[in-house]
Amino acid sequence: MTNPFDILAPYLPDVLEPFILPLLQIGVVFLGLSLIVAYIVYAERKILAHIQVRLGPMRVGPHGLLQPIADGLKLLLKEDIIPRGADSFIFWLAPVISVMAAFTGFALIPFADNFIVTDVNVGLLFVIGISSLGIYGIILGGWSSNSHYPLLGALRSAAQLVSYEVALGFAIVSALLLSGTLSMSGIVKAQITHGVWFVFVQPVAFFILFVAAIAETNRNPFDLPEAESELVAGFHTEYSGFRFSLYFLGEYAAMILVSSIAVTLFLGGWTRPFQSVGWLDFLKYAPVALFAFCTYWCVAHERKMPRAPEWRWQRLMLLGLGGGAAVLALVFVAVPPVVDAVQGVFWFLVKVCAFLYGFIWFRGTFPRYRFDQLMRLGWHYMIPVAIANTIFCGVGLVLWRSLGWSFAGSLWIGTLLTLLVALLLSGQTEAPEPTVTRRGS
Amino acid sequence: MVPTTHYLMLSAALFTIGVVGVLTRRNVLIILMSIELILNAVNLNLIAFSRQLSDVTGQIFAIFVITVAAAEAAVGLGILIALFRTRETVNADEIDLLKG
Amino acid sequence: MFYLFNFYVLAALTVISAIFVITRRNPVHSVIFLIITLLSLALLYVQLQAEFLAAVQIILYIGGIMVLFLFVIMLVNLDVVARQAPFNRQWHIAGLAALVLLGELVAALYWGRGTPTLPLAPPTALQPNTELIGVTLFQNYLLPFEIASVLLLVAMVGAVLMAKRR
Repeated sequence: MTNPFDILAPYLPDVLEPFILPLLQIGVVFLGLSLIVAYIVYAERKILAHIQVRLGPMRVGPHGLLQPIADGLKLLLKEDIIPRGADSFIFWLAPVISVMAAFTGFALIPFADNFIVTDVNVGLLFVIGISSLGIYGIILGGWSSNSHYPLLGALRSAAQLVSYEVALGFAIVSALLLSGTLSMSGIVKAQITHGVWFVFVQPVAFFILFVAAIAETNRNPFDLPEAESELVAGFHTEYSGFRFSLYFLGEYAAMILVSSIAVTLFLGGWTRPFQSVGWLDFLKYAPVALFAFCTYWCVAHERKMPRAPEWRWQRLMLLGLGGGAAVLALVFVAVPPVVDAVQGVFWFLVKVCAFLYGFIWFRGTFPRYRFDQLMRLGWHYMIPVAIANTIFCGVGLVLWRSLGWSFAGSLWIGTLLTLLVALLLSGQTEAPEPTVTRRGS
Repeated sequence: MVPTTHYLMLSAALFTIGVVGVLTRRNVLIILMSIELILNAVNLNLIAFSRQLSDVTGQIFAIFVITVAAAEAAVGLGILIALFRTRETVNADEIDLLKG
Repeated sequence: MFYLFNFYVLAALTVISAIFVITRRNPVHSVIFLIITLLSLALLYVQLQAEFLAAVQIILYIGGIMVLFLFVIMLVNLDVVARQAPFNRQWHIAGLAALVLLGELVAALYWGRGTPTLPLAPPTALQPNTELIGVTLFQNYLLPFEIASVLLLVAMVGAVLMAKRR
C-alpha cells in the first residue's frame, strides 16, 4: 500500500525531508480532531436529549447541526474574568496544560496502517505519561482560582485521577504482555498476527480499562469533581469564555484519546471485524452504506420540513449535506482503490465512535458515585482485580508458550481465575458510615 | 554527536544549583525540591556514561535512583506534614528545639 | 549538527528552569519550574537513546512525585510563608561553597581531557532499549530489584503512618 504522501517527496529539499510527512499528518490529525471534538459536544447534547425523551438543539441549522459553531462563537466573545487574588500566570497556564496533554497524545495513535505521526518504540509508555500530565491542568486550575470550591474540586479530582491511573496502568500491562511490544502499531500488528482482538481473550482487562478511562476523564458516573449540583462547577468554576472552552475541549479530546487507546490495545485498531474471514469481504463497502444512509436520512428529513419560505435555508443545507454524502458514496463505489485506502481510518473511527457513544450513554443513565464510594471502588476493587488479571494473564501466557495450548484457551483460563478473584472480592462488606470526628484529636 | 563531556558539565551545573538550593532556602519544600534536582543531575551523569560505554548498567542504576527518590520524597513530605501540624511552620530556621 | 543544537537548547532550558526553581518565592511556581526541568531532562534522555528512562521519568517523577509535592503545598497553608524572607542568613557562605564545588567539578573535567577515552559507541549499540533493560534487570540485578520493591513498601507504610492524624 503506497503512502499517498510519498508523491510529494521528490519535489522538496532534502533537509526538510524528515519533517514533511509528520507535519502533514499532524495537520490532518489536529484539524480533524478539532472538528470532531466540536461535533462530539453536539452529539452528546442530541443523544442525551433523546435518552431523556426530548429533542435537543434543533434551531441553529437543520436539526441543530450548526450548533457547535454558535457555541464556539459565543464562548470566544464572552467577557474574560480573572478572579481577584488569582495567580494570573498559573490561571492562564492551567487550561493550556490540559489541552496540550490531551492533544499531544494523538501523535502516538495509529489511525491506519501507514498513518501514525511518530511510531516511538515506547509509544504506550509515552501515552500513559502524557495523559498523566493532564492532572496538572486540573490541580493548577483549581488552586489558582483563589476560591474554596475550585480548590476542593481540584484536589478531589486529582486524587481520583491518580487512583484510577494505577488500575489503568495494570490493564494496559495486560495488553502489553499479550503483544510483547510497547509500540502502538506493534500492538495492532500483534492482534493481526494472533488473529483475534485482545478484547476476546482479556475481557476483564478491557473492562477495567474502560472503567478507569471513564474515571480518568472525569465523566459520569465519576464526575463528582465537576458536577453541577455538588461543587458548583468544581475546578473550572471561575473560568469563563475562551478559557472554559479550552478546558471543555481538553476534556473531550482526552475522552477521544482514551477511547483511541482502548481501541488500539483491545479492539484491533484499524482492522475490520472478521478480517480473516473471506466471505465477509463485502463488509469493506460499509463506508458506502454509511454515506448512502446519510443521503437517505437527509432527503427524508428535508421532506418532513415545513414548506414556508423562512425554512428555505435549512432545507437547502440539508439537501446540500445529502448531496455531498451521495457524491462520496458514488466515489467510493466507482473508484475501488479509494475504498481500500480509507478502510483503516474508517474502521478505527467507527470503533472510537462506539466508545464515545458508550461514554455519552453512561452519562445519561448512571447516577453519580459519592467520593468515598469512588475511592473505595478504585482501591478496593479495581486495583486488586487488575493485579490479579496481570498475574493470571502471565499464567495463561506460560501455558500457551511452554505447554503449547491454544492462545485463546490458555488466556481464558487466566480470565476465569481472575473472575474468581473478583467474585471473592465482591463479598466485602461496605465500610461503616464515618462517625463525627472529635475536635482536637 | 554530542561529546559526553557536555552532558557531564550540565550535570555538574545542575548539581551545584541543587546544592545552592539546599543550603540557602528556608522553606523545607524548596529544600526537598533541590534534593530532587541533585538526584536528577546524578541520573543524567549515569545515563550519559551508559551511552558512552554502551552498557545498560547505568540506566538500571538510574531507575533505582528514581525509585529511591520517590520513596524519599514520600517520607520527607510525610515528615513535613507531621511537623507542620505541631509547629505550624515550614521554615527550616524555626525548627530549632534541639538548639543549645 | 542537529543533535548539538538540540542539546544546547535543552541544556539552557534545564539550567534556567533550575535557577528559577531555587529562586522563586512562591512554592507552586518552583514546582512548575521543576516540572519544566524534569521534562527537558527527559528529552535529553531520549537524545541519549534511553527512551524507556525518559518515559519512566515522565510517568513517575512528573506524574507522581511532583503531584505529591503539589498536594502537600496545597494542604499546608503557605500564605504566611510567602511573605517571609526566602533566603536564610548564611546564603553568602553557601554561595561561596557552591562556587568552590562547581570549580572542583569543572576542574576535574578539564584536567581529565587528554586521557584516552573509550570511543563513543555507534548510535545503534543500545537498541532495543526496553528489552535490554528488562532482561538485565531480571537476570543480573534481580536482588536490587526486589529490595527496591521492599523499600517502596516501607516508604509507603512510613509515609501513611507519619501523615496520619493521631
